[in-house]
Amino acid sequence: MVQDLGYLKETPSQTAGPYVHIGLTPNYSEIGGVYETDLGSVMINDKTLGERITLTGRVLDGAGAPVKDAVLEIWQADSAGLYNSPSELRGAADPNFTGWGRCPTSSTDGVFRFGTIKPGRVPFKDGRKMAPHVTFWIVARGINIGLHTRMYFPEETEANAEDPLLARIEHRDRLATLIAAKEGSVYTFDIHLQGDKETVFLDI
Amino acid sequence: MSDRSNSKPETGAFFARDRAWHPPAFAPGYKTSVLRSPQRALLSLDGTISEITGPVFGHSILNELDNDLIHNFARPGESAIGERIIVHGRVLDERGRPVPSVLLEFWQANAGGRYRHKKETYLAAIDPNFGGCGRAITDDEGHYAFRTIRPGAYPWPNGVNDWRPAHIHFSVFGHGFAQRLITQMYFEGDPMIWKCPIVGTIPDKQAIEQLIAPLDWGNTIPMDARAYKFDIVLRGRRSTLFENRPEGN
Repeated sequence: MVQDLGYLKETPSQTAGPYVHIGLTPNYSEIGGVYETDLGSVMINDKTLGERITLTGRVLDGAGAPVKDAVLEIWQADSAGLYNSPSELRGAADPNFTGWGRCPTSSTDGVFRFGTIKPGRVPFKDGRKMAPHVTFWIVARGINIGLHTRMYFPEETEANAEDPLLARIEHRDRLATLIAAKEGSVYTFDIHLQGDKETVFLDI
Repeated sequence: MSDRSNSKPETGAFFARDRAWHPPAFAPGYKTSVLRSPQRALLSLDGTISEITGPVFGHSILNELDNDLIHNFARPGESAIGERIIVHGRVLDERGRPVPSVLLEFWQANAGGRYRHKKETYLAAIDPNFGGCGRAITDDEGHYAFRTIRPGAYPWPNGVNDWRPAHIHFSVFGHGFAQRLITQMYFEGDPMIWKCPIVGTIPDKQAIEQLIAPLDWGNTIPMDARAYKFDIVLRGRRSTLFENRPEGN
């Protein structure tokens, strides 16, 4: 017999269910007075550096219907390309930017909306720069394990062309699923869970 | 942070997720998963700095009653109705190391199986003194604890006669966004566990057992509350034997 590696198994995921808002956004869920604000509802303040943008969109199921009970979280670098995380060793990120946001999809029209800033570029593992991107994490009733994806910016044609992750997408017509539509400072990013326009999801 | 305060934050990429241990996206016994499951393969990406970093929350976000669901929504001098319990445990990574300073969020139904949510229509009554949400941050050894009432089972429109076992939802942050996890805790000895289509999305019986909290008699407080112990394991990081380069791996 060889030695036992001794690793533990990761706790298995379960769906967040339809009432995920009670735990993650209780004020949105009309449970007032427990937390002052819903965590992740505000990412920036007056002193935050960088270009103000709005990220919006919907999550659509395999029948094209908007998912009205999802919760989305985003994680991104600041305008200089630094993450507000203890594991960021390249420098101190903008203290006026959380880098993390959380938003439910609306129970009436299924739209989510984040007020944030446009992120700077961060390095890939080999030192090449990745194109500016925002990491998304989606949970909902019917989703057994949270889905990770990334949103890229349509005006970053050159950076997107040399992005190591985008380069890895074999079916080139699927690239478009990760690139938002821009109108002024508003970026629309629809996430298709299933079907012809299915978004590229990541095993990260 | 005691003994770890001088150690460098870990920056290794995470162990690959064992997706045969987790439930698959498409699990038709749980009907809603049919139209909400991607059909294309996931695109694999060994962790870049975008995945190995993640938000960390300070204790300053916590109010005194955030980890006391018996009282955090109750009117002054009153408390929620039901079996008083303490749920506690540790957050560890796959290497068995404690994961300190991470946020956990909990939500659940009341003692009768009724959620305080506008979309909930179950006829069991709302408890005016129970909201159903709480949160805690792990200490230096990865411990967390909260007080609550034991939730009831509740019916849901999946099969004709499907009932969820008593359960508490957990949302857990690690130190990297790739560790983000949502799961559910079940109670030792509940016969409903083995009838549930959501539990049944998990293919492996041992994996299901990892979600069942045993009664922790030693930590039961006499004349007050019984205790259940629920440890959570997040993804481990590769030890940075040969890849601890701050400019990126």
